[in-house]
Amino acid sequence: MSKTIAAIATALGEASIGIVRISGDEAIAVAQKVFKSASGKALAEVQGYSALFGYVEAQGQRIDEAVALVFLAPKSYTGENVVELSVHGGSFVVRKVLRAVLEAGAFLAERGEFTRRAFENGKMSLNEAESVMDIISADGEQSLRASVLAKSGVLSQKCNAIKDRLAFAAATVAAFSDFPDEEPEFSGIDKLESMLSESKAELQRLLDTYDTGRMIRHGVNTVIVGPPNAGKSTLMNLLSGYERSIVTPIAGTTRDIVEETVNLDGLVLKLSDTAGLRNAADEVEQIGVKLARERIDSADLIIAVVDSSDTENSEIKQIFEVLKGRSAVVVYNKSDICTADKSLAEKQGLKFVEMSAKDGSGLAEFKSIVKEITKTDNLSGSADVFLNERQRDCVVRTLQNVNETLSSLQMGMTMDAVGVLLDDALAALLELTGERVTVEVMNKVFEHFCVGK
Amino acid sequence: MNYFAGNYDCIVIGAGHAGIEAALASARLGLKTAIFTINLDAVGNMPCNPSIGGTAKGHLVREIDALGGEMGKAADKTTLQNRMLNRGKGPAVHSLRAQIDRRAYQEYMKHTLELQENLHLRQAEIVDLFRLEDGWHCVTMLNAEYVAKTVILATGTYLKGKIYVGEVSFESGPDGMFPANGLETALGKLGLPLRRFKTGTPARVLRSSIDFRELEVQPGDDTVTPFSFNTDPETIRNDMVCYISYTNDKTKEVILRNLHRSPLYGGMIEGVGPRYCPSLEDKIVRFADKKRHQLFIEPCGASTEEMYLQGMSSSLPEEVQIEFYRTIKGLENVQVMRNAYAIEYTCIDPLALKVTLEVKNCDGLYGAGQFNGSSGYEEAAAQGLIAGINAALKVKGKEQIVLPRQSSYIGTLIDDLCTKGCSDPYRMMTSRSEYRLLLRQDNADERLSPLGHEIGLLGDAEYNAFLKRKALKNAEVERIEGTFLGPSQELNRLLEEKGTVPIKTGVRLSDLIRRPQLDYFSLAPFDKERPELPFEIAERVETEIKYSGYIERQAAQVRETERLENKKLPENLDYDGIKGLRLEAAEKLKKIRPQSIGQASRISGVSPADITVLIIYLEKQKGDN
Repeated sequence: MSKTIAAIATALGEASIGIVRISGDEAIAVAQKVFKSASGKALAEVQGYSALFGYVEAQGQRIDEAVALVFLAPKSYTGENVVELSVHGGSFVVRKVLRAVLEAGAFLAERGEFTRRAFENGKMSLNEAESVMDIISADGEQSLRASVLAKSGVLSQKCNAIKDRLAFAAATVAAFSDFPDEEPEFSGIDKLESMLSESKAELQRLLDTYDTGRMIRHGVNTVIVGPPNAGKSTLMNLLSGYERSIVTPIAGTTRDIVEETVNLDGLVLKLSDTAGLRNAADEVEQIGVKLARERIDSADLIIAVVDSSDTENSEIKQIFEVLKGRSAVVVYNKSDICTADKSLAEKQGLKFVEMSAKDGSGLAEFKSIVKEITKTDNLSGSADVFLNERQRDCVVRTLQNVNETLSSLQMGMTMDAVGVLLDDALAALLELTGERVTVEVMNKVFEHFCVGK
Repeated sequence: MNYFAGNYDCIVIGAGHAGIEAALASARLGLKTAIFTINLDAVGNMPCNPSIGGTAKGHLVREIDALGGEMGKAADKTTLQNRMLNRGKGPAVHSLRAQIDRRAYQEYMKHTLELQENLHLRQAEIVDLFRLEDGWHCVTMLNAEYVAKTVILATGTYLKGKIYVGEVSFESGPDGMFPANGLETALGKLGLPLRRFKTGTPARVLRSSIDFRELEVQPGDDTVTPFSFNTDPETIRNDMVCYISYTNDKTKEVILRNLHRSPLYGGMIEGVGPRYCPSLEDKIVRFADKKRHQLFIEPCGASTEEMYLQGMSSSLPEEVQIEFYRTIKGLENVQVMRNAYAIEYTCIDPLALKVTLEVKNCDGLYGAGQFNGSSGYEEAAAQGLIAGINAALKVKGKEQIVLPRQSSYIGTLIDDLCTKGCSDPYRMMTSRSEYRLLLRQDNADERLSPLGHEIGLLGDAEYNAFLKRKALKNAEVERIEGTFLGPSQELNRLLEEKGTVPIKTGVRLSDLIRRPQLDYFSLAPFDKERPELPFEIAERVETEIKYSGYIERQAAQVRETERLENKKLPENLDYDGIKGLRLEAAEKLKKIRPQSIGQASRISGVSPADITVLIIYLEKQKGDN
């Protein structure tokens, strides 16, 4: 017998609908205590997948109008009896409904408990459960899409090709040990090296998608640099849609790192405005400069803002030097005022765009360059696979083991030893696909669940 | 009317390789034991290869010896030729194989049984077996009724045996022995899930009819390695040779022309044959593109002119056999002394066994060897040993033993049989173990002798000899790890000769040994303090140093596995009551009743998702208590 749990299943905040989900053996009885249908029909009387319109009440007080959706075990998200109460959104109302449900005898769900129950009741695989976790924490349209893709098993397909190759290599090594010395016809062992090299390349490609996937899920770490007063704050305001940084004509106004999250056609940029990189005399500003350099080192995207009328600025040379070879775009700002000399950016091989942060011209081109840099420009949907942290860890370990196997093979070690490393490679990959169960994996997957799903 | 013939703690039915180890173990552990055979002259018979060991099988024999079994000792005493296979493939797969004097081996084993205290060797066919309140009743053909607390079935190919040679077939045990038909009926009545397997053997031919002049000769190794840890290598005979020849297009043509006369292809045989030990006609059909197949011509003994044609088993008619054998180089005028044949026999679906080898729901009834679905003398002996030990432990009211996979090939063999089952006669192979580098033939004593001694099967003298070997080896490994070599002209010359980089500063001797081009032995001239060690120990030192990194990696894999092995599943777990288990998985789990999550994860039809469900279920139970 499972205790009945409840939680708010929708995101808190301004929304038109909020849902309180109740799951467990007593879900219907608990819901009945707070829900009165308009028709007078009891929740216990309806079939699965039925909806009843009515009201949520607590202590005789009507809280809100509601739709009660009834799911009967095992045909529900958790595999248990489930009632979902949809009420008007807004955290106040939804919280009040939840409180009423808890008072009616439900327990507040623990982090990830609905999904855990769904998993325990055989409603979803561990990998699907993991994807649900990613969907829950996804913030952005692209992100949701990537998670949904993971749930539909694209990742498994990609991994399967590598896995099959590694498994075949491991089987070849094992078979080699059984094959009698006297029979020289055993082939396959000579192909081992090429099999491993191919796997290595495929793993590397998979790993390369990690950064793209991470940026889509968690946002692009973006740093804005540029000489003081080149228009960094104005650009930030343009992207975010409202004024945030203090914009004044005095150089060096932005002293702290100012952070803002903006949504660029579904791609989330986490912007940090910096104090610029010039050699500041001011002690406070020096700290800002140091911070800025650190941010640049860990950024996914760097936007250098340059005043079109001031391209000879010594700080610009310095900045371009730092940006060389990084994921960066130079914004020649104030294009509404004059046309910039772009030779320096061209010489350094930097991507650039002319725009006016003030009137927004050039914004479309800016967006397309950002997508190009973050490799999110031609996401084709079904073919894209994004790894999360745990999966990346598995791929990294697989790759490491494949590398070790290769070098041990090239060193001339005997096959019985080479096989040990190969087995490790395969095990790490099977952990990713969920075909190898370890206690750690299960714990890792579940510790990230949040309440509600 | 039956007469009461005696009470025993343990009765072993069958005195082949499984029965012998079972009876000796049981008797040596103090049980009053009887062993029955249809014919006393068939004790320890080798109805197929006159050899013991080979890839993975050699490992099994070393393990049997490490636990205190008899097979290794018997093989050493009756060896004609001794070879270590796979020398070039690394220490994990070094496998010992010996040509055996078949009659001498039988004589040794029969005599050993006769001399064994607590053991009664008896020629009689058991025709009925049933359980009453006072125990298991075994009735012989001559109406003797024995009562035993435990019974070990080691019936080999005798159980309802049937021989096929072309269109001819007749009920028979191997080598012209009687089959055991009554017992099969009795086992059917007990409700055991019985099935039919088949196996085959090639012809024995007259030595003087073979033209050896153009055949490749295969002699024994220069350095002899015994099977038993307690045999002096000097005492082993190693002077007989084998010969190699090949089939050809003509052989293939004869076989294909007569294929319709094979009982296998004609559909007469229902039993499933061993996948990894096929008949020649099977090989020719399955590997149609292969130009030729190898055969070994092996002596059957020192005092016989019979030669064995390894790899050439067949169930084709006798005249076809003679025709195709004579197409082979060296055999043009061969005289067949015993024809090749296929034999079909009854055995049990091993999924009906617990990992202790006790039959589920048949308290005190054990199975071993071909009866359990395996193939091969060594596989049989390994199971016989464990069945004998467990029957003894059961009678004594002690906990029975289960060897984990990571401990041994014996453990792997039994776990495979009882967890995965088998669809054809199961043959041990190194690829069946996921821990090959740890389960080497050289360290079988380190893995199993402490257990053998604890059980009481391995004597004090042998155990002390083991401790001494281990201490010697460990001391030498430690000494090597602490030895440094400085650069010298002579050393660097050697390094360059061997194709590896010379040294400029002092290096650890162990690091040089780890270079693939070098080894413990080649560096001897530069290792001034090196003690004189037996070859076997020196080789082990070399392996442990050279492969230390890899061995540690595998040990880590074992530790990871053990986490799941240590999650025990209660024997009476209600799998139907666990929500989330798929129906197929629940059915399999109910049938096999695994002892641990680890074992459950190896059952086919139980998916990783089911395993996670089980783990969560166990965690919850733990939480609830």
